[in-house]
Amino acid sequence: MEKRVVFRSSWLPYLLVAPQIAITVVFFFWPAFQAVFYSFFLQDAFGTQSQFVGLANFAELFRSESYLNSIRVTAVFSTLVTVMGLAVALALAVAADGILRGALAYKTLLIWPYAVASAVAGVLFAFLFAPSVGIISYVLRGMGVDWNWVLRGEQAMLLVVIATVWKQISYNFLFFLAGLQAIPRSLIEAAAIDGAGPVRRFWTIVFPLLSPTTFFLLVVNIVHAFFDTFGVIDATTQGGPAGATQILVYKVYYDGVKAADLGGSSAQSVVLMAIVIALTVVQFRYIERRVQY
Amino acid sequence: MADISLHAVTKRFGDNEVLHPLDVAIGDGEFVVMVGPSGCGKSTLLRIIAGLEEATTGEVRIGGRRVNEVEPKDRNIAMVFQNYALYPHMSVRDNMAYGLKIRKLPSAEIDARVERAAGILELGPYLARKPRELSGGQRQRVAMGRAIVREPAAFLFDEPLSNLDAKLRVQMRLEIQKLHRSLGTTSVFVTHDQVEAMTLADRMLVMNAGTVEQVGAPLTVYDDPASTFVAGFIGSPAMNLVPGRRVGDGVEVGSGLEFPLPEALRSTARAAVTVGVRPEHLVVSSAGSVAGPALAFRVDSVESLGADSLLHGSAAGASFVVRVDGHQAPQPGASLTLSPKPGRVYFFDTPSGRRLAG
Amino acid sequence: MVENRPVLRFIHHLTLIAGVVAVAFPLYVTFIASTHSLESILSVPMPLLPGDQLWANYSQVLTAGSTRGAQAPVGAMMWNSLVMALAIALGKIAISLISAFAIIYFRFPLRNFFFWMIFVTLMLPVEVRIIPTFKVVSDLGMLDSYVGLTLPLIASATATFLFRQFFMTIPDELVEAARIDGAGPLRFFWDVVVPLSKTSMAALFVIQFIYGWNQYLWPLLITTDEKMYTVVIGIKRMIVGGDALTEWNLVMATAMLALIPPALVVILMQKWFVKGLVETEK
Repeated sequence: MEKRVVFRSSWLPYLLVAPQIAITVVFFFWPAFQAVFYSFFLQDAFGTQSQFVGLANFAELFRSESYLNSIRVTAVFSTLVTVMGLAVALALAVAADGILRGALAYKTLLIWPYAVASAVAGVLFAFLFAPSVGIISYVLRGMGVDWNWVLRGEQAMLLVVIATVWKQISYNFLFFLAGLQAIPRSLIEAAAIDGAGPVRRFWTIVFPLLSPTTFFLLVVNIVHAFFDTFGVIDATTQGGPAGATQILVYKVYYDGVKAADLGGSSAQSVVLMAIVIALTVVQFRYIERRVQY
Repeated sequence: MADISLHAVTKRFGDNEVLHPLDVAIGDGEFVVMVGPSGCGKSTLLRIIAGLEEATTGEVRIGGRRVNEVEPKDRNIAMVFQNYALYPHMSVRDNMAYGLKIRKLPSAEIDARVERAAGILELGPYLARKPRELSGGQRQRVAMGRAIVREPAAFLFDEPLSNLDAKLRVQMRLEIQKLHRSLGTTSVFVTHDQVEAMTLADRMLVMNAGTVEQVGAPLTVYDDPASTFVAGFIGSPAMNLVPGRRVGDGVEVGSGLEFPLPEALRSTARAAVTVGVRPEHLVVSSAGSVAGPALAFRVDSVESLGADSLLHGSAAGASFVVRVDGHQAPQPGASLTLSPKPGRVYFFDTPSGRRLAG
Repeated sequence: MVENRPVLRFIHHLTLIAGVVAVAFPLYVTFIASTHSLESILSVPMPLLPGDQLWANYSQVLTAGSTRGAQAPVGAMMWNSLVMALAIALGKIAISLISAFAIIYFRFPLRNFFFWMIFVTLMLPVEVRIIPTFKVVSDLGMLDSYVGLTLPLIASATATFLFRQFFMTIPDELVEAARIDGAGPLRFFWDVVVPLSKTSMAALFVIQFIYGWNQYLWPLLITTDEKMYTVVIGIKRMIVGGDALTEWNLVMATAMLALIPPALVVILMQKWFVKGLVETEK
């Protein structure tokens, strides 16, 4: 789409885009370029000498058991976050769509976790589930569960998943609710007249019509789980115990900042960039397709 | 006030020439309507006059001055848009005053002009309102007010009535007429509606596919259409246009219905001739009493419009529409004898569509 | 609803209430913990009714911070968070508005190139270029400064897209009318585009304020001086490791302070918030 009429000026448009382009070049393109550049070099511990090593950093990365583990952890984490987050939010959205009164109040009470920083969400859940003093840990112990996520990897994973899902529910809920409310009432009524009960209507009419929203949220939640959960992890498990919750983003940070492995961290950055580009392409395809509806 | 003239103006979008070379001269104070179907280039032509589009070639003059290189704001024109194009966040008063403020007129002068325009357009009570609080007709009036306060050399109207309902359209048509009578400003009005063109124009420009088919006063165009396109476009319902064959000194239509060619046209008419008769120019006669061609017409269906009725049917295998008095309409299935009013049969060269001239 | 089914409606309400409780429970516990002394929290199970230490805890963190972890006052941290959130939100709106205006209302060489440059930033979240971006900021001497905290985050493809999308819906005739009225591009921008964009700006402001307030990784990297901590970083720094060592009462009071401003923004500006969320994802 293009405007029919445009203004003419040989310098004004450049001036107007200059701030954004300048920031983009200095803080996005240049660092991204450097990440790619460094990923081909090996630096010594003091950062004084570097040596071109070609794809050796990448090769080492994919041989490294801890990186492969991080990939597995990320896959499990993002799958759990996405599936649980979508299922819970869909149930709540369907309920909110199905009531006559009070929908706005419920909505208000359900959306505020979006405003909570993921690091703060992490702290909240770290406290609730704190092995010795946490109130939920206490309840779990009462039920005979040996709860200690500081030592047990699968419990640590569960903790970060719950904290992430809690924070992400409001977002998914809002989009599902908007999607549900966009379904024409007449379709539901037609199905009701055809004799379909509420459950059948949901699975045969509502759910298929909701699929664009679901697909969109699927992609967004995966992206979120990949990149926006750094705070949750850092505030709770810090990747532990023994790498059980070390997702890729956390590992880039850990190897680059804590372990000062510039080449390895840069190679990881490049891999992550490839993943974002792939996800963006998927998202973009989706948007294109949605335009055709 | 000013005259407007276009010399050999063309417009090309890429490889597509949407306006073929055309010359138009609009006199000072004249109300000219450019009418044609959508895509005929009439709006593009108006936008070239306004300066919102550039002519690919040719020259545009307003008041004798070449304006091709002049910005719209410096052409001393005002424009009224189909969708009103009011600034949604400004009050009626601010909408009208905006152009004057930019021109840095003294605020007393601005107020006086806005009050005067509001008075003419009966917008006084609405000056403080926002456009969304107005009806369609009122919005259109604000758009006109915005044009009036500028006191421009020319008004350009781009389908200003198309977004209004039928009743309002008639009312606004009359108001525009009245306005033009009192202000006398040169006006160019673009529409696809031939009724608007007929009622408003001093002269109309009938356009088709990027060319001007005919220029003339509305009744002249109605009485003497220059082509089958104009004949079919001006007048409602459209003129009956039936392709026929040259046979001796006449034209045969359908099976054996013959229209005699006037003597002056006999030398120019070629083998394929289209015969045109307006529905209102076919009269019901009793068989045998007709001097010219007699059409044995069989009524297929009847549309009652109240004052008139339209009869759809056929004669000699060709379809015709006939306009009769509303209360004297026959039943479907009836047979009538029709004859065209003398001098009201038009002959066109079928391949070119041009009217045959002596 | 299509038919009246009390049982179904009851289930719906039940689901929603369960959801609201599950969502609110962590917040409730946080609040309770922020009103007790450390001793009463550490007594397992911790109390579930408010205590009497509310004033003591909050005034302690606001003016002095924790005693075992970060010792900067949370009041100053909240100021830093506010500066960061406002600078990011307003900065993003400003630079995106003008760049979108240039891209929509002008034709100029490199226009598409610039557009794609901005688009590509979608694919470069800070998380994937941590170390080099840190280096750039460090080389520019921006560590531990507001400029370093905010400037690298204010280039935003989503905001530019949102405004671009919105400008597309402004009828062409409005520009034409403005041009005939004699308005040049800047005049049109101030008199028409900016006022018309107000709702989009408000929606974007809500989203970006929350985004700015909740930044974690970036301030974590570039602030080493306690004076520059944002409140989100401050909380993390108060956790000293080991359940019993952390002053949970103070941490929870700080958490409340950290989440109240953005939560209020979401709840009070709910309409803009929802609009902003939906539209930035187009």
